Amino acid sequence: MDFFSNIGAWLEYLTRGLRSWLTDASDPGHKLALMVVAVLMFVVVMGVILLAVDRIKRMPAWAVTAAFLAPTLLFLTFGLLYPGVRTMYASFFNRNGSEFVGLDNYVTAFTQTEFQIVLRNTALWVILVPLLSTLFGLVYAVLVDRTRFERFAKTLMFLPMSISLVGASVIWRFMYEYRALLPDAEGNPTNEQTGLLNQILVWFGGEPQQFLLNAPINNFFLIAVMVWIQSGFAMTILSAAIKAIPDDIVEAARLDGLTGVKMFRYITVPSIRPALVVVLTTIAMATLKVFDIVRTMTGGNFNTSVVANEFYTQSFRAGNAGLGAALATVLFILVIPLVVYNVRQMRLAEEIR
Amino acid sequence: MTTTPPPPQAFQKSEEGEIDGGKAPGLARPKERKLTRAEQRAIAVKGKISSPWASGIALAIALLWTVPTFGLLVTSFRPASDVRQTGWWTAFGNPNFTLENYSEVLFGGASFSNYIINSLVVTIPAVLIPISLALLAAYAFAWIDFRGRDVLFVAVFALQIVPIQITLIPLLTQYVDWGLAGSYWVVWLSHTIFALPLAVFLLHNFMKDIPPSLIEAARVDGAGHVKIFFQVLLPLLVPAIAAFAIFQFLWVWNDLLVALVFSGGTADVAPLTVRLGELAGNRGETWHLLSSGAFVTIIVPLVVFLALQRYFVRGLLAGSVKG
Repeated sequence: MDFFSNIGAWLEYLTRGLRSWLTDASDPGHKLALMVVAVLMFVVVMGVILLAVDRIKRMPAWAVTAAFLAPTLLFLTFGLLYPGVRTMYASFFNRNGSEFVGLDNYVTAFTQTEFQIVLRNTALWVILVPLLSTLFGLVYAVLVDRTRFERFAKTLMFLPMSISLVGASVIWRFMYEYRALLPDAEGNPTNEQTGLLNQILVWFGGEPQQFLLNAPINNFFLIAVMVWIQSGFAMTILSAAIKAIPDDIVEAARLDGLTGVKMFRYITVPSIRPALVVVLTTIAMATLKVFDIVRTMTGGNFNTSVVANEFYTQSFRAGNAGLGAALATVLFILVIPLVVYNVRQMRLAEEIR
Repeated sequence: MTTTPPPPQAFQKSEEGEIDGGKAPGLARPKERKLTRAEQRAIAVKGKISSPWASGIALAIALLWTVPTFGLLVTSFRPASDVRQTGWWTAFGNPNFTLENYSEVLFGGASFSNYIINSLVVTIPAVLIPISLALLAAYAFAWIDFRGRDVLFVAVFALQIVPIQITLIPLLTQYVDWGLAGSYWVVWLSHTIFALPLAVFLLHNFMKDIPPSLIEAARVDGAGHVKIFFQVLLPLLVPAIAAFAIFQFLWVWNDLLVALVFSGGTADVAPLTVRLGELAGNRGETWHLLSSGAFVTIIVPLVVFLALQRYFVRGLLAGSVKG
């Protein structure tokens, strides 16, 4: 009898069925069930490991440590360390990875005009977004500090942080919306705008603008979106730092006759310097990696692309894996000095304390 | 959180300076009797930059931060033909509102209702799994002595600076080899991996704050690491876990990059952000759909955020500043 081969066929049938159930979920019930199964599987696996560690007597100490640590280390090695090294390696190869090209991808990224524009835009973003967000956040934090509406006012600036960058881009694209001059039913030109900014321009007697099309100023209108989002972060951190300034310092300064802007300049800002550094560098790092805004608002057209967006375009649209890898590596290298500076500032601040 | 969570530098459990500044130490010292809150405020405000200019600037900033969202919200309730022809600010003089846009964006061709499910199915495991793994690892780093602990911890900490872009193509290649590309599994896995460095770091810091005497006492009673972890530490860590859970929830729900690359952009797996991005990419005047679609995408994180703001702020402060 071919009993065993039948079992084989059954098993194969069952595994294939299970596999397709686990990977191809398309109706809502199935998806939710899949989610529950995944979470349960995770709980069971972790439970078995921990139970074993707890119950088995004479478990060697290293095994206990491994049970706690191994999953995380495994994931990080597989998902961050190894791919990172692979990508850096791939950046020395051509578009499909078949031929070693040395530094050619980097030369392309730094010398061709279109990529130089990308680098220029990235520089604009990384300089302007942290500075402006911090400025807005700081000024606002100081102005609403200890007023009756403080809590409500802070929530207003804080809310954009919960919105996705795609959502924020849609919100601002609507602000920038442009309508050409159209003749109405009688043939008279009408100038009614649906975007608020253009309408304001018209109200003040100006011409409506194509905010997102006119290079190079369109970059500033994209940058504004990121500033709009990050200011809430800056405001929160800086507000906490301001509240942590010891009362006696503030009072002593007041007795010396400092008020208003002078107080801000000579007491508030120097006292929160460490927090300012953290906010600036953290926002700069976040800004370097952001591609959602550019992608949603202009798609990187009209000379608005940045490195993070160009990486996506080259890797997944243009099919140039080598250049994409080089751009990702550039991104990584650009982050390092920011982090080093940040950590050093923190060290200094701790030594002073 | 709409961007990569900030790499934290130092840690301090910060109770003060939460978003509700009510507890801020008043500048005025009570002399004879205790001043009422209103009086304290009045005195405190006097010393501040208080001029019509200051209030004006604050008001202008507040408007700049709310009007764009408000405009889109109003638009999402206006009929499509109105949206095309007049600005949303005209709707107040001539009110004409409808829920048509929402029913179309949810159940019509854009089928956002389907993508809401996708977003939920992506997000919930992508929050639960990394937190559980990170809690275990953080426990090991905080309370188990082993050789090379400090070096390993610094290594995990340092991985926070790796931009996820640099990992995408090798990971995708691997997923394709496994035949899992475009399934939920790899989206969960990727989000878990990317969350771990920050999660381990934050939770480790919170754990280190727990008095060692508690752990010692449990050890003397003969409790092993597993018992200590579940019975002593976990109950004390609930606020910390909540703080990170909100981070991770916002980050996953709002993420576009990971979703675009690993979900394959299919209607079966892709979350709301991908769909909204597609809708925004289609040229043409579909603002009535884009506006309602944007609010469908925004509403869940917004509610979570408003409800749990306190925890979020605490996590933010713990993650990025000392003092």
